[in-house]
Amino acid sequence: MSSRREHGSRFLLSCLLFVLLCEIVSFANASKSFEDVRCKCICPPYRNITGHIYNRNVSQKDCNCLHVVDPMPVPGHDVEAYCLLCECKYEERSSNTIKVTIIIYLSVVGSLLLYMLFLLLVEPLIRKHEPYIQPLHNEEDSEDMRPQHEGGAAAQGRANTVLERVEGAQQRWKKQVQEQRKTVFDRHKMLS
Amino acid sequence: MESEQLFNRKGYYRNSYNSIASASSDEELLDGAGVVMDFHTSEDDNLLDGDATSPGSNYAMSNGGGVVSSTTHLLDFLEEPIPGVGTYDDFHTIDWVREKCKDRERHRKINAKKKESAWEFTKSLYDAWSGWLVVTLTGLASGALAGLIDIAADWLNDIKEGICLNAMWFNHEQCCWGSNETTFAERDKCPQWKSWAGLILGQEEGPGSYIMNYFMYIYWALSFAFLAVLLVKVFAPYACGSGIPEIKTILSGFIIRGYLGKWTLLIKTVTLVLAVASGLSLGKEGPLVHVACCCGNIFSYLFPKYSKNEAKKREVLSAASAAGVSVAFGAPIGGVLFSLEEVSYYFPLKTLWRSFFAALVAAFVLRSINPFGNSRLVLFYVEYHTPWYLFELIPFILLGVFGGLWGAFFIKANIAWCRRRKSTRFGKYPVLEVIFVAAITAVVAFPNPYTRQNTSELIKELFTDCGPLESSQLCQYRSQMNGSKAFVDAMPNKPAGPGVYAAMWQLCLALIFKIIMTIFTFGLKVPAGLFIPSMAIGAIAGRIVGIAVEQLAYYHHDWLVFREWCEVGTDCITPGLYAMVGAAACLGGVTRMTVSLVVIVFELTGGLEYIVPLMAAVMTSKWVGDAFGREGIYEAHIRLNGYPFLDAKEEFTHTTLARDVMRPQRSDPPLAVLTQDDLTVVELQGIISETSYNGFPVIVSKESQRLVGFALRRDITIAIENARRKQEGILLTSRVYFTQHAPTLPADSPRPLKLRSILDMSPFTVTDHTPMEIVVDVFRKLGLRQCLVTHNGNVLGIITKKNILAHLEELKEHTAPLASAWYYHKKRYPTSHGPDGKSRPRQHHVQLVPSFPGRQHSDDDEESEEEVMHLLDGRSFTL
Repeated sequence: MSSRREHGSRFLLSCLLFVLLCEIVSFANASKSFEDVRCKCICPPYRNITGHIYNRNVSQKDCNCLHVVDPMPVPGHDVEAYCLLCECKYEERSSNTIKVTIIIYLSVVGSLLLYMLFLLLVEPLIRKHEPYIQPLHNEEDSEDMRPQHEGGAAAQGRANTVLERVEGAQQRWKKQVQEQRKTVFDRHKMLS
Repeated sequence: MESEQLFNRKGYYRNSYNSIASASSDEELLDGAGVVMDFHTSEDDNLLDGDATSPGSNYAMSNGGGVVSSTTHLLDFLEEPIPGVGTYDDFHTIDWVREKCKDRERHRKINAKKKESAWEFTKSLYDAWSGWLVVTLTGLASGALAGLIDIAADWLNDIKEGICLNAMWFNHEQCCWGSNETTFAERDKCPQWKSWAGLILGQEEGPGSYIMNYFMYIYWALSFAFLAVLLVKVFAPYACGSGIPEIKTILSGFIIRGYLGKWTLLIKTVTLVLAVASGLSLGKEGPLVHVACCCGNIFSYLFPKYSKNEAKKREVLSAASAAGVSVAFGAPIGGVLFSLEEVSYYFPLKTLWRSFFAALVAAFVLRSINPFGNSRLVLFYVEYHTPWYLFELIPFILLGVFGGLWGAFFIKANIAWCRRRKSTRFGKYPVLEVIFVAAITAVVAFPNPYTRQNTSELIKELFTDCGPLESSQLCQYRSQMNGSKAFVDAMPNKPAGPGVYAAMWQLCLALIFKIIMTIFTFGLKVPAGLFIPSMAIGAIAGRIVGIAVEQLAYYHHDWLVFREWCEVGTDCITPGLYAMVGAAACLGGVTRMTVSLVVIVFELTGGLEYIVPLMAAVMTSKWVGDAFGREGIYEAHIRLNGYPFLDAKEEFTHTTLARDVMRPQRSDPPLAVLTQDDLTVVELQGIISETSYNGFPVIVSKESQRLVGFALRRDITIAIENARRKQEGILLTSRVYFTQHAPTLPADSPRPLKLRSILDMSPFTVTDHTPMEIVVDVFRKLGLRQCLVTHNGNVLGIITKKNILAHLEELKEHTAPLASAWYYHKKRYPTSHGPDGKSRPRQHHVQLVPSFPGRQHSDDDEESEEEVMHLLDGRSFTL
């Protein structure tokens, strides 16, 4: 039993580490790719020239007004004055990190939604014959009356195959969530 | 509540003593509303983490097994350890003293073995390093998760407005990142980014597309909010709310299983993004602390040093909360101070260093991910270089007053609303409530550009000072520049242009809107933090004040104050700084933090020169707020929910004595104790099944009621079950003994059961005349769970943390002079010794057998008692 718990937490840990790894790998891979650096110069209005934003892909040491502002809108003797007004900033980003993050996030949300649909719609249909499965949205306190053994001892006794073990863990988890739901939503003992 | 009680009692008799957890004992928490609360549970798995163990296998727990029973001076270490002994049930308080003893014993054992072999030496090294390892892992994970949340929330938030056509994973800013089509006036427009109207109707401008955008905004906001609340409800109800009140309670030594579990972590992370993106008036900073604590709890399972010891685990959680704030605000030092000032209960120096390290690692990871593309940890990082002048302290202090007033008002209003939700039928519809609030927020927020945008971006805009490079509406001053001025830094104060006036009334509307919506949002059943909305309110107010002062200085530069400091044509007022001070003041008014808040805000600005204005504003706001009510929002929520949190900051000023607080009281049923060597297993089981108390003092015998030790209900149950499975010859009629040697028994009696290993031989005791101030101090400083009250060495009663909390609550309600009450008790309670100074002979002995007439007292269980035990005749005993 404790091995199962360890198994569960190890699974989660590996998930966490995986996310971490993805972030790091994608960061390391793509931080210097072509479109991920920019030198952005903001030049405010000057005399009769309106303000302008210049955006160039140059290296950090070239990130100044003289290199980026092209074509120069003012004649040669005014360049210095104009460039003093401009502010140039060198910025980096990692588009791969963003991409990977969004994909991870969307897939997590998607799988949670699928699992939720499964729990709410499909499972009650499959398991109609098994009397001890409670519907997930149970507003009454009826499970206080349920026999004690259904979640624990029964599941543990026949925890042989992987599938059964997973099922047992799922049942236990469901009971716990139900308990939490009652605490938070029905009895309003926590988090209200 | 009544019917639940009934159910529980039924279940109780049916499962007899097996269901050790259905005791309604530790649970009668104090309710702010005066309703007595109870936490019923029937689960029995490992601590804090809810979904880890099977409920049916109560007795095979690995937590703490072997560790407790090895504490030499507490317990008999010759016995082989019983698995599960020394763990706690859900919603119970932990005993800090016992946990710390356990850890020292474990440490001693490892040190003693260290020299035996290389393997043992490695193990001791691993043990010594595990503290740093676990905080490193926690920091890594919380940094990575914070980066994920930041990126995903930004993206999802912009999905409400449109989509990036060539790379749909980019948010608006990233979409136009490399674009050359952006102009000075409209910096966020680029052809790659399509608004929904542009995509669906094919036109970006016009009333039709406005309505289309409006509709899509509401549609997305509603779907995100609905999805968030649905996920919370189906998968992890504990993931809702800010989490800081609960973490404070957990850190003070309370067990809430599943609160820091992996499902809570997963769902909180996912729904936090949805909730932020839905445009509700909430922030992600508070929930990030919860997320970090979940990481800390999960990683502590890798290290036996932390997974088996609740007190040590709380050290990791303290460090984790520091990491959480560190990534939330990009303020590592502020995070450490936040952990110290606001959430932690027990904070030794070692934890301080580990918190510091965890905060550092987390900030480093987040910085490497660079979620905002600005090489900063937060969106609203600002840098000012303008100085401030002494007269500006007056508006800063005024902002502090505003912050304090807002804090007091918010706490009152939000608590009233939450109480309503808690106690009326309206709380039965959490999903509808969220959708309703989200709909109102979206409908009202869209027309106003300051409420439409993400709150973090709003704060950023308000914090940013107007320079020549800024083109926002807030900076549309009537320009007097004649073009020849070629300096950037010194922007003189200028008269406000029409843009600024338009921005002013929009900001006023936004302020009112935020104030109202935040009250109704905090407490919804989605992850919801309070920092960002509070800061936004303060920043709006501060910016308004700042612009007002600025205009005042412009139009009345001949006034004495302005003439002195503010020369014509120079820039002396920085409205952005006012916004920042206002944000700090409002946050201070709501949370009542001081030091950590100032440090967090100055880490946001990277400038030390604004510490004095910030300190002045935060301090004023705390004073003003405290004048209306001493507790911050988190304490108020703790009290509302009735968590057993003994605040170390409050002082106990009453004159009550220990015996006024102890149980049993005069009218209570007599208490149950165990004798050390003349009980049988069935009698013991009978006592356990008929009472709901969590612990029983063990006395020498019925005749001499002197204290031997203290045994916890859970341990007794586990030990009996364990013995009956593993040892042969233990029958129901076996004698149970707590002594070192078995009592002499008749030859034909079954083998006796030795339970010495679960007996706490050094329970904390006070005498019945100890003043309560001392008792409260002892409880606070040592983190006791219970304390026995003795008189002449005889057990009189017990005081638990819950009793003390109930007592404090009672005293708060009746602030009548306490001397009379004490006198009343004194009269009613004659001393337990007779006129000759000797103990009175006891006619009634301790009741131990199942024929105990305690069935009738089932309604007494609703009173707040914890490990109270019955003596048959309480009156004769406590006389």
